[in-house]
Amino acid sequence: MKTPFPFSAIVGQSDMKQAMILTAIDPGIGGVLVFGDRGTGKSTAVRALAALLPPITAIKDCPINAETADECPEWSQNRTTETHSRPTPVVDLPLGASEDRVVGALDIERALTRGEKAFEPGLLARANRGYLYIDEVNLLEDHIVDLLLDVAQSGENVVEREGLSIRHPARFVLVGSGNPEEGELRPQLLDRFGLSVEVRSPQDVKERVEVIKRRDAFERDTDAFLKTYTKQDAKIRKAIVKAKALLPTVTQEDDILNDCAALCIALGSDGLRGELTLLRSARALAAYKGHDTITRDHLRAVAPIALSHRLRRDPLDDAGSATRVVRTLDTVLA
Amino acid sequence: MTDAAANWHRAQLAMALLAVDPVGLGGAVIRMRAGPARDTLMQGLTDIPLPQRKIHPNISDEQLFGGIDIAATLTTGQVVETKGIMSAPCALLLTMAERCSPALAAKLALTLDKHPHHCILALDEGADADEACPPALSDRLAFHVAFDDRIPRAAPHVPAGTPQGLVVNVTSTGEQIEALTALAYQLGITSLRAPQLAIKAARAHAALHGRSSVEQTDLDTAAALVLAPRALHFPAPPEEETAEDAQPQTEPDGADDGNANHDALPDGDMLVDAVKAVLPADVLAALVPAGTTRKAAGSGAGLKRTSNRRGRPLPSQPGKLDGTHRIDLVATLRAAAPWQSVRAKQRPDADGLHIRPSDIRVKRYQERSDRLLVFAVDASGSTAVSRLGEAKGAIELLLAQAYATRDHVALIAFKGTSADVLLPPTKSLVQTKKRLAALPGGGGTPLANGLQEAALMAQAGRAKGLTPTVVLITDGRANVGLDGTAGRAQAANDAIACAGVIRTNGIPALVIDMSNRPEPQLKQLSAALDGSYIALPRANAERLSAAVNASLAEV
Repeated sequence: MKTPFPFSAIVGQSDMKQAMILTAIDPGIGGVLVFGDRGTGKSTAVRALAALLPPITAIKDCPINAETADECPEWSQNRTTETHSRPTPVVDLPLGASEDRVVGALDIERALTRGEKAFEPGLLARANRGYLYIDEVNLLEDHIVDLLLDVAQSGENVVEREGLSIRHPARFVLVGSGNPEEGELRPQLLDRFGLSVEVRSPQDVKERVEVIKRRDAFERDTDAFLKTYTKQDAKIRKAIVKAKALLPTVTQEDDILNDCAALCIALGSDGLRGELTLLRSARALAAYKGHDTITRDHLRAVAPIALSHRLRRDPLDDAGSATRVVRTLDTVLA
Repeated sequence: MTDAAANWHRAQLAMALLAVDPVGLGGAVIRMRAGPARDTLMQGLTDIPLPQRKIHPNISDEQLFGGIDIAATLTTGQVVETKGIMSAPCALLLTMAERCSPALAAKLALTLDKHPHHCILALDEGADADEACPPALSDRLAFHVAFDDRIPRAAPHVPAGTPQGLVVNVTSTGEQIEALTALAYQLGITSLRAPQLAIKAARAHAALHGRSSVEQTDLDTAAALVLAPRALHFPAPPEEETAEDAQPQTEPDGADDGNANHDALPDGDMLVDAVKAVLPADVLAALVPAGTTRKAAGSGAGLKRTSNRRGRPLPSQPGKLDGTHRIDLVATLRAAAPWQSVRAKQRPDADGLHIRPSDIRVKRYQERSDRLLVFAVDASGSTAVSRLGEAKGAIELLLAQAYATRDHVALIAFKGTSADVLLPPTKSLVQTKKRLAALPGGGGTPLANGLQEAALMAQAGRAKGLTPTVVLITDGRANVGLDGTAGRAQAANDAIACAGVIRTNGIPALVIDMSNRPEPQLKQLSAALDGSYIALPRANAERLSAAVNASLAEV
């Protein structure tokens, strides 16, 4: 297994990095969608995030990484109450994964060789309490998307097939990445992502050179490179842990709620998910910055990533949704 | 050296460099037909210090990544796991790479990213530009070799693959990295993987020649081998101001930056020359117009039939459980049932059911995606005069055939200043006929509106699992823009922009010209749609219907 590239060593792409940190602080924000060109560091950032996240405490050998023995599902036949600290799971959902692999299925081997009815957990079980990463999410098969929609919404995976009736918690942060030129994402799935970020490859030669140099240094002498950035990574990790603790105490004035609603109405976003996500991510940002109340500045900072994918679609408007949000921000919060 | 000889030399050099640093360089896309030239090139691969494994685009996950060997498991009564091809370091030969599905490409790319012990050689036999190795994979492979000639007789000698130095010992300076990065940017390569791979290629080239530091010739080779095949536009010479027009893709300040940098770098000019030597002179003509994106590169695997109904169940058949199929338990048990007493006698020690690998039955579904024909009909005054009746007749004939093949049909009419959905996607023939007959004519031609509506409907149809095709029936004299204002120039531009949306989404389209004389504007439009164009100056309904059918058969 290759050592992931350190998160703090990623050049630029501040929107993407911020969005990921916010979901780490409050997983309830509901995932990040990263859309952009090839080779802009989308997958690098997700894999780097895995190394950055604070470890979780889980029951040993539990297929769903349960925190306490009571939560450990019966079907896993896991009797230990011993806990251990493990890295936050970041599970890859590869394109073309079969339904069985995603939701879990009857363990055919055991069924045939030993005549036992047993459940073989899928990727959704493994991703519980962690991250589920889908590269090329826009190319995912429709029926897998439908499954994900349902589970991402309810936080519970229900398997009813081949005589099995099993449900287990599957609360995860959905991280998707893709190249919009290769396919659209269904609006229903789009809406399930809390934040959306558009990444572009840097348009400045100096920045590009810096990216290449860092990558090169990383590959040539990984240990020395990691040493340089471990401290910065640790700093971010500490800030995340601190923000998590601070999060419940962050309050907001009613004016801020008004602002949220006014923004979403002005932008014509469907449903109330826009307001909720906007508020949650603003709160996470406030906590990250160590503030105890949400201000308009926080709203301004997160509105483009929280709302740009919820606008009514204009087929001729290629990339302007973030700009539209900023424009509306200026008028509403003027 | 002739062009072909130089090209061949580069191809061989790429193989030699791969042998030096197979894992770092990731591999190569070799785009050529099977033949002696390719065979000769492949012989160079034996120098790669990795075992060679061959895979095909339809390989199952189990073969690739390992899994449970059902056959052995059932015979021994114990779980037996197999090792996949990817579990050990190897050089993977992916044959027929143009038919590689995005799913397989994504999985291979993931493996390259996470466990860098492999080198992938994608043998791409694609016939046209649409048939190519998926970009997710080719972006990660250093060399893109294309060669369609015979091997030149006086082929220059390429040093053998045994490096005289080690790649890890080769050093390169910051300026050299900057030079390659800046060049990649000038060539319009957005992916940052390209300059990374180019640097590695330069190092491999230096190692091949026993040098311990990268020199200018190494950079030249790397630029020619890695960057040139990915170039989107010619690097602009810094002194020519007009060059700016040739590459509107680059933002003005970005271009300035690039040029400034280019001036500052000592080897910039020579690098540019190295790339120019590789790019054919007509490269600009063959390139996609700057600023437009090409339609999603097809895998050449044919239109995927994803069904909205998840397929009709077919009788289950004997098969292997390789992760792509689901077992039909009942059928499996039924197949095993008659043998139970015989098998129990053979193995009295084993309890329970005796199931052998040959008993396994897997479920099958026939998946077929329904086709959706979106008719965008021009009902403007100019068409209405004589041709609307003919168009209606033709559509009715098509509807009859659509009914026979259970296609879905949607009808959009545009006239005046807007486009209306007369009929959302339906299978109801009667309803379609009624709505069509009631369609009045008159007003301007808001072509762009019609196309926009058609694009939205086609996208919606695709989201539902249908396979949409847009059929545009018009006389092409667009005179109302998207915003409803009259004006031919604006209207034509808007129509082209909307056509671009349809093309980017990869929706097949067909333009039927109903004007009295073939309209050049419509030819342009069909080019922008990347669709077929049929001119029917004096259409009768039957001929129109036959033409549409022939054209759809190709789609």
